[in-house]
Amino acid sequence: MGILGYFRTKKQNSASVAKERLQVLVAYERSQRNQPDYLPQMQQEILAVIAKYVDVSMDDVQVNLDENCSILELNVTLPETVKS
Amino acid sequence: MAEIIVVTSGKGGVGKTTSSAAIGTGLALRGHKTVLVDFDVGLRNLDLIMGCERRVVFDLVNVINREATLNQALIKDKRTEGLFILPASQTRDKDALTVEGVESVLNELSEMFDYIVCDSPAGIEKGAQLALYFADTAIVVTNPEVSSVRDSDRILGVLQSKSRKAEQGGSIREHLLLTRYNPTRVQAGEMLSVEDVKDILAIPLLGVIPESEAVLKASNQGQPVVLDQQSDAGQAYLDAIARFLGEDREHRFLDVQRKGLLSRVFGRKG
Repeated sequence: MGILGYFRTKKQNSASVAKERLQVLVAYERSQRNQPDYLPQMQQEILAVIAKYVDVSMDDVQVNLDENCSILELNVTLPETVKS
Repeated sequence: MAEIIVVTSGKGGVGKTTSSAAIGTGLALRGHKTVLVDFDVGLRNLDLIMGCERRVVFDLVNVINREATLNQALIKDKRTEGLFILPASQTRDKDALTVEGVESVLNELSEMFDYIVCDSPAGIEKGAQLALYFADTAIVVTNPEVSSVRDSDRILGVLQSKSRKAEQGGSIREHLLLTRYNPTRVQAGEMLSVEDVKDILAIPLLGVIPESEAVLKASNQGQPVVLDQQSDAGQAYLDAIARFLGEDREHRFLDVQRKGLLSRVFGRKG
């Protein structure tokens, strides 16, 4: 070990990097899976309307649709200073 | 009534056809009348892996189009009693397979066999969806590698939403088959471990097939790898089949094999 071991522990092994990346990705893709196909476009169009009045980016919007498609929840994080 | 098993993965090249051939042959070796159906229309390869490529006369599409009877198209395996192969067509017509056509062929096969093993094409397009649509059980073949794990998760989503079982409010039995596993690289932290893949996909583990020279050797000869019972991969498949049939078998070949002095000297390759 010694000096060699010191350098080796600094670098995370690649398998655990792979696992972390996959866990994040798979969780995201699963949450998208049950959504209807029109959702991404609807999200974009709603955002275009909001963007006409407020300075928002795509990342500030979260859309959640519950499993039976009965409640649509749209969260928009507005910037602190709103355009007048 | 036969049990319909689909061997699927999403990603190509992970070992679907090798696994289909091994599982079908293994089930027949255990005394179950089994048919292997190749769904990879346009890119058939199951016949080659099973070593019957020169005996193909009619195929799945011929049977669907009623150009041949099922008995004319089925190829009887010469080595394993009770095993038959129904080859895919080499047509380039993407719409050669229809839901109704596949259903009627599977219904007819269901009267004749205990197990129908469907070798799915790669992807999540029509061919792959048809291969899994009528399945009772899915064997998801995955390599310990990021793109394969991600695609397996996608195919699990398809199984849970686009299969007949799902449409009827039920669910397909899912099994994970991890192939091309290299314990040495796992130990070095260079490859996802069995536990990692199980954590991510969260489906029951049917078996782990070690990366093995025996697999290429078997496919070179057109012989399913389970018939090479000396090989690690052949034994791992036989274990997986025993588990599939409800036996309790411990997982082997998960750890680095320490070579004894004798095998080091004589260097037997498996």
